[in-house]
Amino acid sequence: MKIVIIDYGAGNIQSIKFAIKRLGYEAVLSKDVEEISNADKVIFPGVGEAGSAMKMLRSTGLDKLIPTLKQPVLGICLGMQLMCKSSEEGNTQGLGIFDVKVVKFNDGLKVPQIGWNQIFNLESQLFEGVNENEYVYLVHSYYVPECEETIAKTEYGVEYTSAIKKDNFYGVQFHPEKSSDAGAKILENFLKLEVRN
Amino acid sequence: MLTKRIIPCLDIKDGRTVKGINFLELRDAGDPVELAEIYARSGADELVFLDISATEEKRKTLAELVLRVAEKVNIPFTVGGGISSVEDVDILLKNGADKVSINSSAIKNPQLINDLAAKFGNQCITVAIDAKKIDGEWIVHLMGGQIPTELNLFDWAKEVEKRGAGEILFTSMNNDGTKNGFANEALARLSSELHIPIIASGGAGNMQHFCDTFKEGKADAALAASVFHFKEIEIIDLKQELRRNGIAVRI
Repeated sequence: MKIVIIDYGAGNIQSIKFAIKRLGYEAVLSKDVEEISNADKVIFPGVGEAGSAMKMLRSTGLDKLIPTLKQPVLGICLGMQLMCKSSEEGNTQGLGIFDVKVVKFNDGLKVPQIGWNQIFNLESQLFEGVNENEYVYLVHSYYVPECEETIAKTEYGVEYTSAIKKDNFYGVQFHPEKSSDAGAKILENFLKLEVRN
Repeated sequence: MLTKRIIPCLDIKDGRTVKGINFLELRDAGDPVELAEIYARSGADELVFLDISATEEKRKTLAELVLRVAEKVNIPFTVGGGISSVEDVDILLKNGADKVSINSSAIKNPQLINDLAAKFGNQCITVAIDAKKIDGEWIVHLMGGQIPTELNLFDWAKEVEKRGAGEILFTSMNNDGTKNGFANEALARLSSELHIPIIASGGAGNMQHFCDTFKEGKADAALAASVFHFKEIEIIDLKQELRRNGIAVRI
C-alpha cells in the first residue's frame, strides 16, 4: 500500500509519519502531483495559519489537485479545516470539499483549546472499535460547526464537528498521531479503508 | 469535556535525563525516550523536555532527541531550554515536537514571540515565566529564576498573550521545590485576566495540591517532576483522585 503525506511546508509531518510506522506501514512525504494521485491513501496534514497554508497550496497547484482525488483522503487539524468552503481565520477561501464555513471559538473561552477532549456520536468505519466519548488530543482556535457531513462531535462551549466525511474525503480536527491508542486505532481504520475504483 | 492535563517534566542534559529517576522498569535510567514511553503508557497527558545542557552541540543533540521521542511516543510533547531563534524552533517542530517553550529569550527579545507565532502558529508557542513574590509583588526572573527583571508577572503575561503565545507555563519560585502546593492565588489571577491556557508549575507535593491548583488556581494543566520521577505519586492514582473530586481528567 502506498501512503502519501502531502508535504506543502505546513505542520508536524514527522509525527504522522512515525505514527504510521508504529502501525507497521511506511508513508512517504510528497508534493508531487503524480505521486499523490497514484497513492492508495493520502494524508493532508496542517498546523499553523489557514491563509498562509492556502497560499502554499496554491503556489504548488495542490489546491486544484486535492478536491479531484479519488482515493481515501484524510485531512488532519488545519488540513480538515482547509477542506471546507472558507475560514474566518484570515478570511480564507478553502478547497470547498465540504460546504461549511470554519469559525472562531467564542470569546468567553480559552483559545486555543489545547488538550484532551471527548468525541461522541461516532459514525463511519473510521471509528470502528473506538468507544463513544473516547479522549483525543486537540489544539485549535477555529472550528467546523455541525453539518450534514459530521461523523463525530466534540463539545467546547458549543458542540462542533470533530470529524467529517463526504465520499472519499475524511477530516479529523484532532491529532490521531498524538492521541495515544485511540488515535492509533483511528489512523489504522483509515489506512484499512477499501480503495474505491 | 476538555480535561485538565497532567504533565511530567524531564530535565535533559546532553541528551540524558538528569534528576534521579526511580523507575525499576527502566533498563537505562538516563534514557529520556524510555522514560517518556513509560509516562505515555501510565496516563500522562503531555510531556515537557527541558534541556539544561550548555554545550556547543546542544542544538544538535536536542534535535536528535526530539526525533527519537517523536518516533516512539504517541502523546504530545513540548521542548524548552535555550531556544532563542526561529531556526531553533523550525528544526525542533520539523523533528516532531508539538510545542516549544521559550523563557529568557522572550524577555530579552519579546518580538521573538510575534515572529514564532506568525511563522508556526500560536498553538505551538508556550511562554514559560519564572516569577517570585517579593514584598507583595510578583517579579519575573531570568535564567532559571536567578536574575530578577523589572517585569511584573501579570503585565508580562498579558503582553506575552498579546504577542501571540498560545499558552503560559508559570513557575512560582516561592513554591518550586517546597512540595507545599502550587501558587494558586497568582494562578487564579492569571487565569481570569488572560484568555489562553495556563500551566501551573512549582510546588507539587501530594495529590491534594493538584486538586487545589485546578479548583482554586483555575489552572488548565499542572506540571511536576520529582513527585512523578520518584513515584511518590502515580499518575493513574492521581487522576482517579481528581475525578473523585469532580475534576475532568482523561482516564
